[in-house]
Amino acid sequence: MASPRTTRRTTTSGIRRSRVGWQFTGPFLAVFALVFLAPIAYSLYLSVFRTQLVGGTRFVGLDNYTRALTDPQFWSALGRVTLFLAVQVPIMLFLALLVALAIDSGRLYGASFFRISVFLPYAVPAVVAALMWGFMYGTRFGLVGNLNKALGLSVPDPLSPDLILASIGNIVTWEFVGYNMLILYSALRVVNPALYEAAAIDGAGQLRIITAIKLPALRGPLLIATIFSIIGSFHLFTEPSILHTLAPNSITTYFTPNFYAYSLSFAGQQFNYAATVAIVMGVITMAVAYLVQLRAMRKAD
Amino acid sequence: MARTPTATGNAARSAGRRPPRVRRREARRSGSVALTALTGLVLVYTLLPLAWLLINATKTQQGLFDSFGLAFAEDFALVDNIADVLTQDDGIFLRWLLNTLLYVCVGAGGATLLAALAGYGLAKFAFPGRRAIFAVVIGAVAVPGTALAVPTFLMFSRLGLTNTPWAIIIPSLVSPFGLYLMWTFAAAAVPDELIESARVDGAGEFRTFFTVSAPLLAPGTITVLLFNVVATWNNYFLPLIMLKNPDWYPLTIGLKTWSQQAGTAGGEAIFHLVITGSLLTIVPLIAAFLLLQRYWQSGLSTGGVKE
Repeated sequence: MASPRTTRRTTTSGIRRSRVGWQFTGPFLAVFALVFLAPIAYSLYLSVFRTQLVGGTRFVGLDNYTRALTDPQFWSALGRVTLFLAVQVPIMLFLALLVALAIDSGRLYGASFFRISVFLPYAVPAVVAALMWGFMYGTRFGLVGNLNKALGLSVPDPLSPDLILASIGNIVTWEFVGYNMLILYSALRVVNPALYEAAAIDGAGQLRIITAIKLPALRGPLLIATIFSIIGSFHLFTEPSILHTLAPNSITTYFTPNFYAYSLSFAGQQFNYAATVAIVMGVITMAVAYLVQLRAMRKAD
Repeated sequence: MARTPTATGNAARSAGRRPPRVRRREARRSGSVALTALTGLVLVYTLLPLAWLLINATKTQQGLFDSFGLAFAEDFALVDNIADVLTQDDGIFLRWLLNTLLYVCVGAGGATLLAALAGYGLAKFAFPGRRAIFAVVIGAVAVPGTALAVPTFLMFSRLGLTNTPWAIIIPSLVSPFGLYLMWTFAAAAVPDELIESARVDGAGEFRTFFTVSAPLLAPGTITVLLFNVVATWNNYFLPLIMLKNPDWYPLTIGLKTWSQQAGTAGGEAIFHLVITGSLLTIVPLIAAFLLLQRYWQSGLSTGGVKE
């Protein structure tokens, strides 16, 4: 091993105080600046201009923001994703929590099979998930059509305007329940088993162990999962975009804020206003994520 | 993963004869049929669509309409369908597959390398500006990737990068979540003493990283790599706006254009190709997850989500 020659230790903790860290971090930061910071800055720049057919591009100050905040289509989109996340996120996380607890309980036959199988949908691209469910929802050769024909049922069309949001919620739940389960399960795996033994010696039952040991251990991961799910809901795009092809009448061009921003820029060539909508959504997303975090912290005290 | 939950039933029954150190946690409990059945409902929910896809990938277009969704049709056309997928439009599917592989290898591979280097740098060196980096990167995670898409598109379009593979690869190179995961993982998995002793032996910092630290970082790196591979393989929004030329499409956009074909005027519906193509798209990823599960799962529970 090391020869006993003296070395110059730079810190007592063992972490070296050195600029070498920049060399390791630099490449990441360079690309990060190019694909995160520069577009954000450019977006802010775009949002204070307007391009018109006559007169070209001119500075309009906060006009685009005023327009976004009074735009009924924007509010309709925002309201839709808010409703979506209020219903879908709790259902998905509750399911994920149940499965994680069940697998961790050690009382499941074939637990490792459960773990990997429930996780599998995460490996399925959202495009494929939306296509697959979209076909299954279909009344022509989908399962819904099959059920109606075979059993004489009249299951309502999941692709109809009334049900499309719930149908998308189902797709998103299917895609991410396993991912969230795995995050929660991994957190349960690092709980010190001595705690369970101590609880058992004190006569605690399964339910008590769950509420007193497991759920507190899951608080952090659950918070992270909640915040990521909220962000995901606000950014909803792929599923509506794919289903738009299968059910054009149910999904408007302003179905979700992202879909709206996309339609504005690539169908409407309104790049400045689209950038503004994206910024407003970014700010709202960050604010909501921050509030959720704040509330969770307060509860923890 | 020393635990084998499948054996818990036996373990409980024979608990008296086993040394008590083995499977301490499981020995007290037995498998529960009720719980297994209940959890099985979720299992059915997650596997049913995949079963549907598998079954329907074996049907001809006519068979799709004539048969029940969860039963095989009379003609088993899987091989024909695969051949059709691979030859449709002069074999464009294969081209899309190769594009996807290119984006995944360079994009996800590069992203993993950058995240590993940076996470290690942040975990193991106290350099000025470290805290600021953390705040900026974590803050940027909350900014929607899709919200960045419009300005990124306009920027790349000015740089002449749209409609080239670079438009997909460059944004794929950054994974803030990967950085966060590598950071926590490096802090937990690489002992400072080991780095210190490599330094004592006269190794440079980068040599130390690649020869001493990298093997210890392997489970975390594989985890991050898999998540980056999934993100790049499944990427939809970015290629949707960046690419106009079908020759550069990844599989996701290719499948979408095929599914749209039915809706366009004069377009021939090719549902069976969309379904079989979808199956071919998910098989490689599922295989990777199954083959590498031992590695990425240990990586996830060692570093990733620990508080």
